[in-house]
Amino acid sequence: METTYRSNIMICAGTGCVANGSLKVKDALETELIKRNLQKEVKIVLTGCNGFCAKGPVMVVYPEDIFYQLVKPEDVPHLVEEHFIKGRPVQKFLYTPPAQKDAIPVMNEIPFFKHQVLRALRNRSLIDAEKIEEYIARDGYMAAAKALTEMTPEQIVSEMKKSGLRGRGGAGFLTGLKWELCARVPGDIKYILCNGDEGDPGAFMDRSVMEADPHSVLEGMIIAAKAINAHYGYIYVRAEYPLAVHRLQLAIEQAKDRGLLGKDILGTGFDLDIEIYQGAGAFVCGEETALMASIEGKRGMPRAKPPFPAVKGLWMRPSVLNNVETFANVPPVILHGADWFASLGTEKSKGTKVFALSGALNNIGLVEVPMGIPLKTIIYDIGGGVKNNRKFKAVQMGGPSGGCIPASLIDTPVDYENINKTGAIMGSGGMVVMDETTCMPAMAKFFLEFTEDESCGKCVPCRVGNKTLLTILQRITSGEGREGDIELLLNLSQQIKDTSLCGLGQTSPNPVLTTIKYFRDEYEAHIKEHRCPARVCTPLVKFVVDKDKCKKCGQCFRACPTGALKWEKGQVAYIDPEKCTKCKSCIKACRFWSID
Amino acid sequence: MSNEAVAQQTATDNEVIGPEMYRKIDAIIEKYKDKPGSLIPVLQQAQDVCGYLPHIVQRYVAKGMKMSPSVVFGVATFYSFFTLVPRGKHVIRVCLGTACYVKRSEEILEKIKDELDLEVGEITRDKKYSLEAVRCLGACGLAPVVVIGQDTYGDVAATKVMDIIKKYE
Repeated sequence: METTYRSNIMICAGTGCVANGSLKVKDALETELIKRNLQKEVKIVLTGCNGFCAKGPVMVVYPEDIFYQLVKPEDVPHLVEEHFIKGRPVQKFLYTPPAQKDAIPVMNEIPFFKHQVLRALRNRSLIDAEKIEEYIARDGYMAAAKALTEMTPEQIVSEMKKSGLRGRGGAGFLTGLKWELCARVPGDIKYILCNGDEGDPGAFMDRSVMEADPHSVLEGMIIAAKAINAHYGYIYVRAEYPLAVHRLQLAIEQAKDRGLLGKDILGTGFDLDIEIYQGAGAFVCGEETALMASIEGKRGMPRAKPPFPAVKGLWMRPSVLNNVETFANVPPVILHGADWFASLGTEKSKGTKVFALSGALNNIGLVEVPMGIPLKTIIYDIGGGVKNNRKFKAVQMGGPSGGCIPASLIDTPVDYENINKTGAIMGSGGMVVMDETTCMPAMAKFFLEFTEDESCGKCVPCRVGNKTLLTILQRITSGEGREGDIELLLNLSQQIKDTSLCGLGQTSPNPVLTTIKYFRDEYEAHIKEHRCPARVCTPLVKFVVDKDKCKKCGQCFRACPTGALKWEKGQVAYIDPEKCTKCKSCIKACRFWSID
Repeated sequence: MSNEAVAQQTATDNEVIGPEMYRKIDAIIEKYKDKPGSLIPVLQQAQDVCGYLPHIVQRYVAKGMKMSPSVVFGVATFYSFFTLVPRGKHVIRVCLGTACYVKRSEEILEKIKDELDLEVGEITRDKKYSLEAVRCLGACGLAPVVVIGQDTYGDVAATKVMDIIKKYE
C-alpha cells in the first residue's frame, strides 16, 4: 500500500513556472525534507499549470490550501522549517493584493481564484498529470464508462445538445449538433479529431489542459467517438508544445494498459485508437479542413465547404473535429447531466470559458469563469487591474482574428453574442490587455504582419488583400499616411471579409476594423498631424521634452544610455538630437508623458 | 541565388550530409513508407538527423517515399518548422506573439539583430547562433519571452538580452 502523507506540496510544473525555476525548487524541497526526515510525511507532487503564472514559481500546500508564490530554491529551508515543523504559514511567500496590506494565505480566498469556477480545469493543482490513478480518483473515466455501458449514441448526442456546450475553439458551433450531423452520415470508417493547434498568439489554455489534464481530453474523445461511431482518432498538437505531446503520449499508453483505449474498451466491444499528430508550424492549420489536409501529409491549405467535414473530412471520411477545451468539458456533462452544465452561463452561452490573461495586467495567468461575467470583473477583480497604475485602454480578444474592445465597453458581459456585437470575437480565449502605451494602428499592423505571413496563399483576397492592408498600415505608422487611407482600409477590409475562402481571411481584417471603429482619432493623428499619441511609432516621435509637462524629476536622465539627455536638479530636461539614438528609454521612464 | 551560390551551397550540403545520415533516413522511410500521410513526420525526423532539409535530402526522401520532389518541396516550404538552411549551434527564438508584442519584444529582436549583425532566419558567420522570430510559445505569462536552445527566458529586457545570449558559447 502507498504511504499516506500528512501534507502534500503541489508544485506547478507548467511552462511558466518551470522557466521561473520551479523544478529547482522541487529539488531543494526534496533535499530539505530528507534532511529533516520528513520525506515520509510530506509528499511533493508536480502538477500542471496552476494558472497564476505571474507569480511563479507557485505551490499549494494541502490540506490547509495555502498558496505560496515566488519561492526560490534558497528560501526552501526557511519554508520547511516554518510551515512543516513550526506549523505556520510563511508570510514572506504569501500573496498580497496590489495596494493592500494583509496577505491572503488560503488559495481560494485570493481574488484571482475566488471568482473562478473550474470545470474544464477541474483537476487544476490537484493531480499529477502523469498518473492515471490520480485522474481516476477524481471521477476520471466515469463518464466514458457511463457513455459506453449505459447510453446509446442518440442519448449522448441529445444530452450534449441539451447542455448547450458550444465549440471552445472560437466559432462557437453547438457541439452536440456537430456530432449529430456526423452520426447521421452512414459509413464504417469515421474519425474523431482533436484540435490542439493553438495558434492564436496570446492564447495558452489548450496547452495548459493538455499538459495538466491530458486524460480529460482522451475521455472526451472516447465519448464523442461512441456518439458518432468512430474507431480512430487523432490529436493534432502544434510542434511548439513538446511537453503537451509527451504528457498526451503517456496518457494514451496508460489508458491502453488499463483497457480504456484500444480494442474492446471496458469489455463493451467498442474499439478506439488515438494517435498524436505533431504539427509543423502553420497558423492556418487551426482551420478544420487545413488541419485535415495536414494530417494527410499535405500542405495545410483549406478547401471550400460544403462538403462539410461531418460528411467528407479526413481522407474523405465523415469526421468530427473539436477543440481541446471542448473535449475537456464533455465528461462532466455526461456525468452530471445537461441541466447541471447549463445551470451556469447566459441564455445562449452555457457553462464556463477558460481565458488566458496577458499583457499589461497585474495578475497574468489562466482563468476559468462562468459565461456572462462582466469584462470588468475579469480585468479588475481577477486580473488585479492594469500594471504600474497605468490606464486601461483596450483588450484584444480572439487573437489576429479578433478585435479590440475599448475601455468604454468594459461592462460587456463575456459571452459569444455580446463579444461579437463589439466587433471582436470570443476566439479561443486569449485576452491581451493594453494600456495607454500601446499604439492602435501599430497594433493593427502587428496583426496584419501575422496574417500576411500566415496566409496560405490559396485565395486572392487573403493573399493580396492582407498584403495591401499591411502596406497601408506601414505607411501610416511611418508617417507617410495619406488622406483617404482610413476609408481605403475600411473598404478593402470589408471585401476581404466577404470574399475569402476560409476563416483566416474572413476574420483577418477584424483588428483593423475594430481599431478604426474605436480609435479612429489615433489613425487621424498619425495621418493628419504626423503624431503617434502612444509614442510607439518611432518616425513620428520628435524626442523633444515638453517644458510645460516636465516635472523635472530626472527619471529620463537616469534611463538614457547614450548621454543624450541633459538634466540638472530643478531644471527641465533637454534631449541632444546629435547624441539621441531614439531608443525610447526616456519615454518609458517618464511618468508624465512629457516627451513628444 | 546565383548559379555559383547554388553550386557552393550544394557542395556544402554534400559535405554535411554523410552516409551515416542517409542510413538513418533510410530507416525512417522504411518505417513510414506504407503509412498514408506520413510525409510530415518523415521530414521532421529527417531534419532531426541532418539539422536542416537541403534539396539533396528532400530529393532523397521523395525517391524513398515514391513522391514527386515538388510535393516534398511544397510541404517543406509550407511549414515554419522546416528549415532549408543550416541552423546555428544555438537557436535564438524571440517571441513576437501578442502578449510579447505588447511588452515590446520587437525591441529585443532589433537589439539582437544589431549586436549579432544578422537578420531573422540567418546564421552568424561563426555558425554559433541563428535567429528566429516565433509566433507565441504559449508562455504569455512570462512575456516578453526569448528561447535559446531549450531554455526559456521570461521578462527579458532589451538592454539585458545580450548578457543572456553571451552565456551560450
